[in-house]
Amino acid sequence: MGTDREVNPLERYFQKEIETASRDEIVAMQNTKLVKQVQHVWDNVPYYRKKMEAKGVTPADIRSIEDIRKLPTLSKQDLRDSYPYGLLGMPLKDCVRIHSTSGTTGKRVVAFYTQHDIDLWTDCTARAIVAAGGTNEDVCQIAYGYGLFTGGAGLDGGSHKVGCLTIPASSGNTERQIMFIQDLQATILCCTPSYAAYIAETMKEKGMGPDDIPLKAGIFGAEAWSEEMRQSIQETMGIKAYDIYGLTELSGPGVSFECSEQAGMHINEDHFLAEIIDPDTGEPMPDGQYGELVFTSLDKEAYPLLRYRTRDICSITREKCSCGRTFAKMTKPKGRSDDMLIIRGVNVFPSQIETVLLKLGYPANYQIIVDRVNNTDTLDVHVEMTPEMFTDDVVVIGNRKKELVSALKDMLGLKAVVTLVAPKSITRSNGKAVRVIDNRKI
Amino acid sequence: MSVQQVSVFVENKPGTLSDLMKLLKSADVNMRALSLAETQNFGIVRLIVDDVVSCTDVLKRNDYVSSLTPVIIVAIPDVVGSLSDLLTVLQDAGINIEYMYAIPGKKNVDDAFMIFRISDEDKAEKVLTAHGYHSISQDEVATL
Repeated sequence: MGTDREVNPLERYFQKEIETASRDEIVAMQNTKLVKQVQHVWDNVPYYRKKMEAKGVTPADIRSIEDIRKLPTLSKQDLRDSYPYGLLGMPLKDCVRIHSTSGTTGKRVVAFYTQHDIDLWTDCTARAIVAAGGTNEDVCQIAYGYGLFTGGAGLDGGSHKVGCLTIPASSGNTERQIMFIQDLQATILCCTPSYAAYIAETMKEKGMGPDDIPLKAGIFGAEAWSEEMRQSIQETMGIKAYDIYGLTELSGPGVSFECSEQAGMHINEDHFLAEIIDPDTGEPMPDGQYGELVFTSLDKEAYPLLRYRTRDICSITREKCSCGRTFAKMTKPKGRSDDMLIIRGVNVFPSQIETVLLKLGYPANYQIIVDRVNNTDTLDVHVEMTPEMFTDDVVVIGNRKKELVSALKDMLGLKAVVTLVAPKSITRSNGKAVRVIDNRKI
Repeated sequence: MSVQQVSVFVENKPGTLSDLMKLLKSADVNMRALSLAETQNFGIVRLIVDDVVSCTDVLKRNDYVSSLTPVIIVAIPDVVGSLSDLLTVLQDAGINIEYMYAIPGKKNVDDAFMIFRISDEDKAEKVLTAHGYHSISQDEVATL
């Protein structure tokens, strides 16, 4: 427990009692919920029960969260192997919704929800909106994709709960997004950070500045983004940009969210139990150290995952936060190990490349293309040309490019080939930029 | 008197020039001269057009990155040795040329035109005028 810090008196909460409960109360609640959840899974999910039996564990062995490590973990592969119904914990007649991952790295994962599951999920997103300063006076424009993707539905539900006037804009049609922001006086924008950067860039092109739009806050998640990107979006739009974290496997955005401190995301610990483990040995890591984030869903009914390995690398702190929330905070993931590329034996996270680009004044629109030529990995970084970076002088552009190659080499320890491409030529799907194309056949 | 040249960023791959020309055609933009600076993976198309505003407008609306670069267009007699004479004048004045390209002379017209990108254009203008050369104004471009 850290030193006591003064709590910001202006901080607002959606569910104050639980969001500011004592650590003892939180742990007691987690103990009770975990015992019940393990029994629920044992009784209703044969796939996981078999895993428990293989490990010689029964529900009687799990008495508190201290016992969590006795339980087997679930990997993304488990979710794919059990597609579609293998991890279902409720009869289908009690389920009201599915959502699904984009399936960019393999078979889709389909997650099921009962009405109870949707309620607890949208409580989580409502907490995120209130933490970003949202009230029923606000107009919340949701430019996450609506549909199978959890972004749109998740924030939409939270926005309704807070009582914001909700604009279900979904992603795309950037001109219309900007028109609604202006005409309907949107004060909160929810979308992926890459789409926020794109909207910001389009605004700039139109000669619009922060004073031309009423936005005050943005809630941006569903993909990794760097601190530099946050600064750039905040400046261009004149807003505070808050991170939000989540996975379809656990419900969607809102598993954790940022508060006014904008330094780490509070995990909704009444619904999700977090562990940090060494990704290689599975051993627990102490607070403050980086490792793989593992989540147990404590009260979801339809898709009750226990010890799901997220592949996200981050650290957790339980020190007091100036916002008054007592939920543990996780750092922005360094990168999802799914996103991590191993190129010529070197670990590369797309976020590292993004950091370099933004530092040198390039836009955050980039694409990484990895291939293998004559048994050697190649790394190509495509960057969109912007009016600011363009000049009639080939030599100047060439020198800037050399500077970028050298900065990338410093960051990654790898030589990358940089290609300047036409503006807006990098594809975006569902508002999520396609960052990595790996053409290696391994 | 400098003239605005439109410089356009293009990727170095098949079809980019064709797409650009189709776009200019659609906007009814007529070109007086064109030059291409290419590198391994991108190029800069340099255009002298009759209507700079329509040209940059259609480029912007179609997500091209472009900029305006001042260049000097000088009329020279369409005879052997005239470019050599002109370059000697610039050389003697210590003026460095970044790049140049030409608008060849037409039938029944005595002059050809050289397009120069020079960083110190004011000085270049003075020197050229002093030696009796005529540089073309923006308004004259459309009539070339």
